[in-house]
Amino acid sequence: MVKQAFLALEDGSIYQGCSFGAEDTSFGEVVFNTSMCGYQEMLTDPSYAGQILVLTYPLVGNYGLSEADFESREVQVRGLVVREHCPTPSHRQDTTTLDEFLKLNGIPGLAYVDTRALTRKLRSTGVMMGILGSEMKAEDALEELKTLPRHDLTDFVQGVSTKETYAWPSPSSPLYHIVVIDYGLKYNILRLLSLLGCSTTVVPATTSAEEILARNPHGILISPGPGDPTQLTYLEGTIKGILGRKPIMGICLGHQLIARALGAKTFKLKFGHRGGNHPVRELATGKIHITAQNHGYAVDADSLKGGLEVSHINLNDGTVEGLSHKELPILSIQYHPEGSPGPRDNVYLFQNFLDMVKEFS
Amino acid sequence: MSELSKILVIGSGPITIGQAAEFDYAGTQALRALREEGITSVLVNSNPATIMTDEGIADIVYIEPLTPDVLTRIIQKEKPDGILPTLGGQTGLNLAVELAEIGILDKYGVRLLGTSLETIKMAEERSQFKNLLLSIREPVPRSAIVYSVEEAEAKALDIGFPLIIRPSYTLGGSGGGMAQNPLELREMVRVGLSSSLTREVLLEESLLGWKEIEYEVIRDGADNCIIVCNMENFDPMGVHTGDSIVVAPSQTLTDKEYQMLRSASINIIRALGVEGGCNIQFALSPWAAKKDHAESYYVIEVNPRVSRSSALASKATGYPIARVATKIAVGKRLDEIGNQVTGKTTAAFEPALDYCVVKVPRFPFDKFPLGDRVIGSQMKATGEVMAIDRCFEAALQKAVRSLEIGRRPLLWEDKAWGEDISSYPLYPSDFRLWAIMAALRRGAQVVSLSLKTGIDPWFIHRMMSIVDMEQRFLSEPLTPEILREGKRLGFSDDGIATLADRLPEQVRNLRHEWSILPVYKMVDTCAGEFEAETPYFYSTYEEENEAPPLPERKAIVIGSGPIRIGQGIEFDYCSVHTAWALKRAEVKSIMINSNPETVSTDFDTSDRLYFEALDEESIRDILENETFSSAPPSIVQFGGQTAINLTDPLYRSGMPIMGSDAQTIDMAEDRELFEGFLRLQDIPQPPGGTATTIDEALKVAHTITYPVLVRPSYVLGGRAMEIVYTDSELTSYIQEALELGTKHPVLIDKYLQGKEAEVDAVSDGQGVLIPGIMEHIERAGVHSGDSMACYPPLSLTPEETEKIVDYTVMIARRLHIRGLMNVQFVIMPQSKVYVLEVNPRASRTVPFISKLTGVPLVKIAILVMLGKSLPEQGYTGGLWKVRNLWGIKAPVFSMGKLPGVDTYLSPEMKSTGEVLGVDYTFAGALAKALIASDFMLSPQSSILLSIADRDKAEALPIIRGLFSHGYMLYATRGTAEMIKDKGMEVKAVAKKLTEGYPNVVDVIQERKVDAVVNTTTGERTPLKDGFEIRRAASERRIPCFTSLDTIKVAVEALAYKERIFSVQPLRNYVEGR
Repeated sequence: MVKQAFLALEDGSIYQGCSFGAEDTSFGEVVFNTSMCGYQEMLTDPSYAGQILVLTYPLVGNYGLSEADFESREVQVRGLVVREHCPTPSHRQDTTTLDEFLKLNGIPGLAYVDTRALTRKLRSTGVMMGILGSEMKAEDALEELKTLPRHDLTDFVQGVSTKETYAWPSPSSPLYHIVVIDYGLKYNILRLLSLLGCSTTVVPATTSAEEILARNPHGILISPGPGDPTQLTYLEGTIKGILGRKPIMGICLGHQLIARALGAKTFKLKFGHRGGNHPVRELATGKIHITAQNHGYAVDADSLKGGLEVSHINLNDGTVEGLSHKELPILSIQYHPEGSPGPRDNVYLFQNFLDMVKEFS
Repeated sequence: MSELSKILVIGSGPITIGQAAEFDYAGTQALRALREEGITSVLVNSNPATIMTDEGIADIVYIEPLTPDVLTRIIQKEKPDGILPTLGGQTGLNLAVELAEIGILDKYGVRLLGTSLETIKMAEERSQFKNLLLSIREPVPRSAIVYSVEEAEAKALDIGFPLIIRPSYTLGGSGGGMAQNPLELREMVRVGLSSSLTREVLLEESLLGWKEIEYEVIRDGADNCIIVCNMENFDPMGVHTGDSIVVAPSQTLTDKEYQMLRSASINIIRALGVEGGCNIQFALSPWAAKKDHAESYYVIEVNPRVSRSSALASKATGYPIARVATKIAVGKRLDEIGNQVTGKTTAAFEPALDYCVVKVPRFPFDKFPLGDRVIGSQMKATGEVMAIDRCFEAALQKAVRSLEIGRRPLLWEDKAWGEDISSYPLYPSDFRLWAIMAALRRGAQVVSLSLKTGIDPWFIHRMMSIVDMEQRFLSEPLTPEILREGKRLGFSDDGIATLADRLPEQVRNLRHEWSILPVYKMVDTCAGEFEAETPYFYSTYEEENEAPPLPERKAIVIGSGPIRIGQGIEFDYCSVHTAWALKRAEVKSIMINSNPETVSTDFDTSDRLYFEALDEESIRDILENETFSSAPPSIVQFGGQTAINLTDPLYRSGMPIMGSDAQTIDMAEDRELFEGFLRLQDIPQPPGGTATTIDEALKVAHTITYPVLVRPSYVLGGRAMEIVYTDSELTSYIQEALELGTKHPVLIDKYLQGKEAEVDAVSDGQGVLIPGIMEHIERAGVHSGDSMACYPPLSLTPEETEKIVDYTVMIARRLHIRGLMNVQFVIMPQSKVYVLEVNPRASRTVPFISKLTGVPLVKIAILVMLGKSLPEQGYTGGLWKVRNLWGIKAPVFSMGKLPGVDTYLSPEMKSTGEVLGVDYTFAGALAKALIASDFMLSPQSSILLSIADRDKAEALPIIRGLFSHGYMLYATRGTAEMIKDKGMEVKAVAKKLTEGYPNVVDVIQERKVDAVVNTTTGERTPLKDGFEIRRAASERRIPCFTSLDTIKVAVEALAYKERIFSVQPLRNYVEGR
């Protein structure tokens, strides 16, 4: 028999549905993503640490799950909310169902919820903390929500970053050596760098500037990751230490931290940008790019200083989507050129970064 | 780039299979977009039943044949700066290519917009297309054209087995197949070469079982590209996408596959340089990349224009592709075009769907039960329906409900299928969906069905979930939980009633008792991410309702559903005009329709759009959802038979109807009641009677004498109507009717072979306005939809006209018609006028007569319904003044695409579309109607004649006419003898295919003749004899005349000099300028 479960939100609203995945209770910031496929990539994206993910596409799990679609070692979301999960997936690569996969990973899921109503709620109220559970009363959950640590005030990077430095399999005669600082990176960044002829060394978030520079890389990539950049001031020293010393590419959280290291401010978006269809304008050319996005915070354009300039803006709400620097070799991008899930239109940015690397060395 | 101030838009012409209402939708959007940009639009189309040809959509409207000559004359006259050929289907593209190639575009400095000449040709030219794709490293299936068996054997080594063999240019697509080994290859190529008229055969890598995926891409002049939508075909490769069940977005693709094909689409549109919309079709391997399959996908086809798929994608996402493509064609960038849906963002984004869309094709086999129902690469569907829900099961079930194919819900099974699953039609046909359901009910395994059909197991699993639910309804008590789950999966009240042994009304009552009611969710292009303003909704069984009742005065417009034979685009035209008329009267319009191809389902046509099935349950649910203080009235007169049939259920459930009330409609629709009514009014009707047994039928027939017209009462667009000449034919007809188990009696009327005329009239209960009388070219006995019709009437005497007007007025008044009505008459010698039938609704000819007379029938009717009398609207009753022009409507058939279907004109409608020839002279109008419908005879060519004995005398002057115009005559024996007797030269050919060479089919296939005249007595056996002749003619795409009346006017037209007709904007004709 299907077990009842619920999602309780800070504003007192409760969404009833059926439990799937692990029979457990979890809490987190409730966010929605509008991508129509790529659920496994999302589930394993470390940027979702501490979050309960709502998928707006109603049919999830259709093609099963596969070894090839992991973006990190494990499932990163705290919970998953869907309209419907598929008990009979079909695909040549499928190994398991979504239900089994979540059970295996100890992650609770909630199904048969009016996810569109929930999305509209999050859109109008803004993202909120929530509890997803079947083991307690929804009313008690509302009480408990008041006492739980807030997402904005939590440092998730420590939890998702690699503990050990490691090298990603590289091509036989690499063109460049890139150090990737792992704040919660997605494997596809490493796959693409390798494809473009780079060897990569992934280092933990807390690695110092000196240690990084000592590896004498051709360039440094500062990865995406979860949470509010204002909680991560301890990382800014490292970034300051490498700025200008090597060509740097920052993605998402990496981009926000570069901006903060150069004195800019970041702020929280009402309900974030999460999906694979966000239009971005590249200011230098006027070109529009369709991008994969997953961020709840953005750089405040009015706070830019220290030579930083806006290079890309979001066409929907005008927020900053990319920065460049008047003098320093910096390519700083808010969205996800690595896609996975999402369009591959922006892979060229990695090439731009490597061009910058080439010019610098 | 020079400024564009005037643009010529080419329409797609008549509705045919493969080119339907979607181009009216695209064209209308495009013309509005041009208006927004301040550009003068000039439109040319031969199809009058379109919104795009309305004044007020385009600035200058030409209803003229779509030929290079006509287009040239328009270009000379209008001097447009550019030409937009991408909105008129393949017709538009082909014309643009011709104009460019004969140098007209260069000569007059007309720019080709949207797509270049090279691109258009590239997409059509197989080898060029292949080379281009290979140059940008996009894979195409391996293939080769061969001219001999030896060559085939050599090429087969490169391609590998199995491979597909397609002979080029064959009749009926015969002679192809799949070869597994060299032995089969040799045999098939040998047969294929001999059946190919060009003696060539295409060998192609087999993609059997590959998924078929489509992408809709848009690119602007600054090289910005977006994907509007991707779609996955339920039917794997091999079935034409127009005949496939299609789902959006794709359901079984991983993100990696989705993005791989997305990137390929962008790569291709960039290489082609299209500025606007483009449809790209892929084959995607469902298996792990095998060694011999280096590629996991292939590019199959590219359409560098808007298409049926782009219309579907627009409706599936809310993204108006034609509008955006048009703005791009005139130089706008994606980010300069506003998104009307959100009102805030721009067209530079990709829609995100939070629902599942299912399209199901509508096939014409209910009309053509003898047609070949196997589907493949030749499209056979006339139309399609779309349904939206939050799961596939529900969207599929709603789509099947929307098909309106009589009693064929998803529960339907063919009684002949039996218990042996292996005998089920699991091959591609219009039955396959039902056969899979039936097989699942009998325990077939999902995996084995998937292997057998090539359909992805995901889809079959979803169908299994429907079957599981059926089982629960059959075996478990009906509880709120089970009812809610059933509704979530899209079961109709009817279906649940059948399974749970209740009445549909009881299920409905239970739903109300248990508060299991649909909610309505918005199609907003962004999955709820942004606030949207689109009034575009679909039903689902969930929590939040986003469509609170509109508080203002409002009315429900019931649309006409899928395009099918007998119910075409005319009714969509009427529905759209209804919405507009309501708007002008400041009444909010709420449109309900299930057809994604149409203007009526454009979200800005009405104040609110419900994309739903047009059945009692959906309409009542919507009416309840829209009930503010009371339920809004429904308008049933404009959605064809679909809408009018809903009158009774709505009336019974106490819902108000606008215009003529339920009693009036019943009186006109029920043949028995209507006969009684006419008798009471003393209006002549053909003598007749009704019968429920064979004996009764024979008695009636003997009283009124043969020939008689037989049909079931309560007809659907002339369905199952036949002219019967003998007792034995009558007996077999009645037997068949009894077997069908219809409770309604059979009507038997005297078949009067007189002149036929019809009128559309609008009445306010007192006054009756008749904008014009239309006289048919063909005598009675040919369905009015298949007749050529002429306005003003050709041959009616003043007395006959007076009678027609008198009867019409009398019927309208005494039936208490409020709104529109269509009356059909037959006129016998001595000016005897009989009423054949009355339709208490808008008819097929409303756009035709409205456009020619300038009387806006739909608008007047709506105002009448809203309480404004004809005099208050400035109209007096009676016959409207006759315009000083001639308009001739000609039917257009799609018979070349429907093997096995007889083309003989009869009381059963067969045409799919129509064209209008309009001019100052009859000759001009006739010539244009014939040209536009492909019935124009070429001068001094040859013709095959096979005339029934009873027609020979009448045919003689026609044959003389042909002969004197230098025609080479071929004829079957009897006809040839008559011709020879009269001193004309003729070549006799064998009538039966077994009677030696050359026989009738030989001379057609070998292109010895350019037209065919074939009449029969209409009896069943002679009909069979002529069948081969007529089929051969339609497959050769040459005119085939089966009525002497049609060939008579066609021969008349032979006498016309070149340039007999004028080319003028419609307005000039109507205003007599």
